[in-house]
Amino acid sequence: MDVIALSVLDLGIAAIFVCALSLVSLFLSLGLEWKILIFSCRMTAQLLFIGVVLRYLFADSSLIMVVFMSMIMLFAAGREVLARQNIRLKGVIGYVIGTGAMFISSFSVSFLALLVIIGVDPWYTPQYAIPLLGMLLGNTMTGVSLALDRLTDQFHKERFIVEQRLLLGQTWQEASSDIRKDSMRTGMVPIINSMAAAGLVSIPGMMTGQILGGTPPIEAVKYQILIMFLIASGTGFGVISAIWMAGFHLFDKRHRLCLEYLTVAKTAKR
Amino acid sequence: MVQLSLSISPLQNDCCRFGVEGLEFLINGPYSFVLKEEECVGLSGRSGIGKTQLLRAMTDLIPYTGQLFLDGVCSTVFNAPAWRSRVTMIPAEPLWWYNNVGDHFQAMVHAESFKEKLGAVGFSEDVLQWQVSRLSTGEKQRLALIRGLCNTPSVVLLDEPCSSLDSYHTTLVEAFISEYLHRNRASVLWVSHDPEQLQRMTDRELCMEKTVLVEKNR
Repeated sequence: MDVIALSVLDLGIAAIFVCALSLVSLFLSLGLEWKILIFSCRMTAQLLFIGVVLRYLFADSSLIMVVFMSMIMLFAAGREVLARQNIRLKGVIGYVIGTGAMFISSFSVSFLALLVIIGVDPWYTPQYAIPLLGMLLGNTMTGVSLALDRLTDQFHKERFIVEQRLLLGQTWQEASSDIRKDSMRTGMVPIINSMAAAGLVSIPGMMTGQILGGTPPIEAVKYQILIMFLIASGTGFGVISAIWMAGFHLFDKRHRLCLEYLTVAKTAKR
Repeated sequence: MVQLSLSISPLQNDCCRFGVEGLEFLINGPYSFVLKEEECVGLSGRSGIGKTQLLRAMTDLIPYTGQLFLDGVCSTVFNAPAWRSRVTMIPAEPLWWYNNVGDHFQAMVHAESFKEKLGAVGFSEDVLQWQVSRLSTGEKQRLALIRGLCNTPSVVLLDEPCSSLDSYHTTLVEAFISEYLHRNRASVLWVSHDPEQLQRMTDRELCMEKTVLVEKNR
């Protein structure tokens, strides 16, 4: 079966729905009308751009180009994580913690998957490496940003409780354990929910794409299961390491909560 | 001379429990004073002068300069949680983080003396099943006293421990603190805005200014 190629007109018709949504948002005064339009356009531009980039990348599959591309994806994800937090870690460290956590989890999981599980040769073949890393980064980014947002927000709101626990001689790990556990759960719930709904309620995006592209369903399903496992573990480890690093950063050697490392952002995307 | 005072602390005197040397924090200080064993010292001063912050600095909860000694040993020798278990501050408005009162006392519920302690400040044992949201301010204050003393600290820093108590419970708490002080040969620094209480409970009284602590004549 050949893929039915989409024309510009087809995409234009789909865009009408989004424009209608934007109008409704205007009437309901949700304040989202411009955001819907701007981010729709941005998404279109980003995807068209990556389409062109991938075409060149697939033609010339050099390791350097794949690494360069994945670094750009990582830094963009790091910026997104920071932008989604209402209360942020001050300075470069906020960026480093989010980005570092995603790097540790997404990159190691994709590397292992490419090398051991898929076993594609060479392991950095862009047709496999870039989409896989993209799926992992996208989901890890959501998890890490939710978890970090929750963590900083809770420390800000419950600082006096944390101090009370420190006053009773608890270590910073004990005094912040409830907040850290809660943040880790917040970061992991979306992926657990999507595992629960996969196949029953939702047909995951990647599988949809493969089936539309003509892959036999069972093959698509196998790939989807692999991706789900990878995403779940990548997100989980990313969230845990981000929370661990942020907790470590927010307390000093004398087990004091250093809220001066936090800053309230004026505009945060939710 | 300076060398000497650094190597052999002048506070290494057997009756000195707690020593403060040149303590500065925020815009306060430098303060120097000692608390002797089994001594109860009052601390007064106008609102907002920084009494609570002084207690917080003494428990190492906020950054400070200067030195703190417990039985002649400098605070930096202890790790911070160990220091705070020995030099414990009981805040005026204690906070609770679990729903149940009992969950905050897990470590000590089985101790023989625990029921006794609850009784001493006017509670029966079923208080442990209560919801924290049901507690009055005064009840929280009395429970926090027991919670704070569960590590048996040698130095107790009380921040207006009776501010929300009626006269009956004030008497109970005062008796409880004196009993603790003598039994454990502990030192107490007692912040209060009630001159009569300080007169009644403390051996001497310090009045806090921005830069000095003045010994009050009485």
